[in-house]
Amino acid sequence: MNALQRSAFDGAGLAGRPVYELRGVAKSYARRSIHALDRVDLTLTEGSFSSVIGPSGCGKSTLLKIMAGVLPPTEGSVYLEGTPVTGTRRDIGMMFQQATLFPWRTTLENIVLPIEIRDGKKAARAMHDEARALLDLVGLKGFDSVRPNELSGGMAQRAAICRMLITKPAVLLLDEPFSALDELSRDFMNMELQRICMERNATAFLVTHSIPEAVILSDTVYVMSPRPGNFVEAINIDLPRPRTLDMMTDPKFGEYVRRIRARLDKGAFL
Amino acid sequence: MTVIDNTDQRPETIWSEHVSFMDRIPRSIAMGGLLVGFVALWQLIYAIGVVSPIILPGPWETGADIAFVGKNLFTGGYMLTALWITIKEVIFGFAIAITIGFLLGILVGETTFGERAVLPYLVAIDTMPKVAFAPLFLAWLGFGIASKVALAAFIATFPIVVGTAAGLYVADENARMLFKTMGASRFQTLFKMKLPLGLPQIFTGLKIAAVGVMAGAITGEFLGGGKGFGELIRVASSQLNTPRVFSLIIFLSLLGLTLFWSVVWLEKKLVFWHKSSVSGGIGT
Repeated sequence: MNALQRSAFDGAGLAGRPVYELRGVAKSYARRSIHALDRVDLTLTEGSFSSVIGPSGCGKSTLLKIMAGVLPPTEGSVYLEGTPVTGTRRDIGMMFQQATLFPWRTTLENIVLPIEIRDGKKAARAMHDEARALLDLVGLKGFDSVRPNELSGGMAQRAAICRMLITKPAVLLLDEPFSALDELSRDFMNMELQRICMERNATAFLVTHSIPEAVILSDTVYVMSPRPGNFVEAINIDLPRPRTLDMMTDPKFGEYVRRIRARLDKGAFL
Repeated sequence: MTVIDNTDQRPETIWSEHVSFMDRIPRSIAMGGLLVGFVALWQLIYAIGVVSPIILPGPWETGADIAFVGKNLFTGGYMLTALWITIKEVIFGFAIAITIGFLLGILVGETTFGERAVLPYLVAIDTMPKVAFAPLFLAWLGFGIASKVALAAFIATFPIVVGTAAGLYVADENARMLFKTMGASRFQTLFKMKLPLGLPQIFTGLKIAAVGVMAGAITGEFLGGGKGFGELIRVASSQLNTPRVFSLIIFLSLLGLTLFWSVVWLEKKLVFWHKSSVSGGIGT
């Protein structure tokens, strides 16, 4: 990759302090001689929202697992806030397709679970006020002692957002967080996610299958192609913040969607 | 814009679903009616005299004997002593089965070694008719309570192993990944996530074990003597005292039900969050 191309990938021209940096990260499984990921470069700047989009099996989840520190890369370097990621860290917040709240815990107890795991029950109790403030932030005020099976899908994901934020992470890794919700809730939750990220100046990285979702949320969309997994294009989304659902009818929005789809179609059938 | 028309004068179309007569009977009346019918049939067969009273005593005769055995139990007679011995066998047997079953279940469900090496042997032993081991336990542990406890525990261990191991497989990829990213230790993952998630399966194993432990204790007493309730049944049977056999079985089943419902009670306390344990629906 030449210097010109690299500069296009690095934070895609956005100003800001780099928070998360990947340099030449590759993952191969020698025994099956599979290149899941091939020399990926990525910089997430502070307060930016980036998405990666690509067909199934293009290595998105491998990338995310490496970024989360649960899977070691075979090549390259991964730095968060200037320190190498060599395992799971409390300054990495993560969210999944399923809310995965545990039904024997109240909503509040679910939210402080990451604290309980790392620092014990006493520290978790000390965070209850913090957790209540987060519930307020996501619009679940007063739901502290409600059991998760009384929450709707969208409410459960809001609680999962609180659980992700409770450790004050430097980066948010979002693995298709709302794809299990119905279309209406999904659009609404995406706008909520934007609001929460803007309020906290969060640095976020989203994995998704939905082109409109990627465009409406992101400053930069990375298009990924499989075998080996690699970014084939980084597209800066030049739409004003805060984004609204109305922007989806904007011709500029349609142009971005078209461009990404064209790129994906090319990649998928290579 | 369409204006909704509220002036429709046609009659309402209210109708109700058909529920059969049998399904409309309340539980208490249904159960009571079934019992009355059963006793009536019993009395009828007895009155016709097609079966010898030694083989099938009448309901009144049996009822009187149940009252007699009940009185003996409640006034602290020799039957209470025998019942107490059986209760001890059942409790010790269950406690041992829970301890061993739980530990083996974790070994099998949590470690690759356990799944690869230990599980095949457990399956092999489990497929054997376990009652056949009774003579061995008698030879090893003698005719006292220990041999009965051993047989009861032996029978009850396997469902607990299977339930615990199955419970540990319940945790899905999401929950495992979540605990990984939170930096949870293996111990934390087990006790804060996998075991609680698996409690419904563990309790299914415990309920099967509660039935098995009773069967084990009584079988042990049948085959190896002793002074428990099974011995009373054996003696009454050899004396052709059929009403006594019936009434002893009834009190024995009360013991079994007590044990079973204790497990169910504990399940409802601990697994209050699981839907199937409350309403019978499929839990999430």
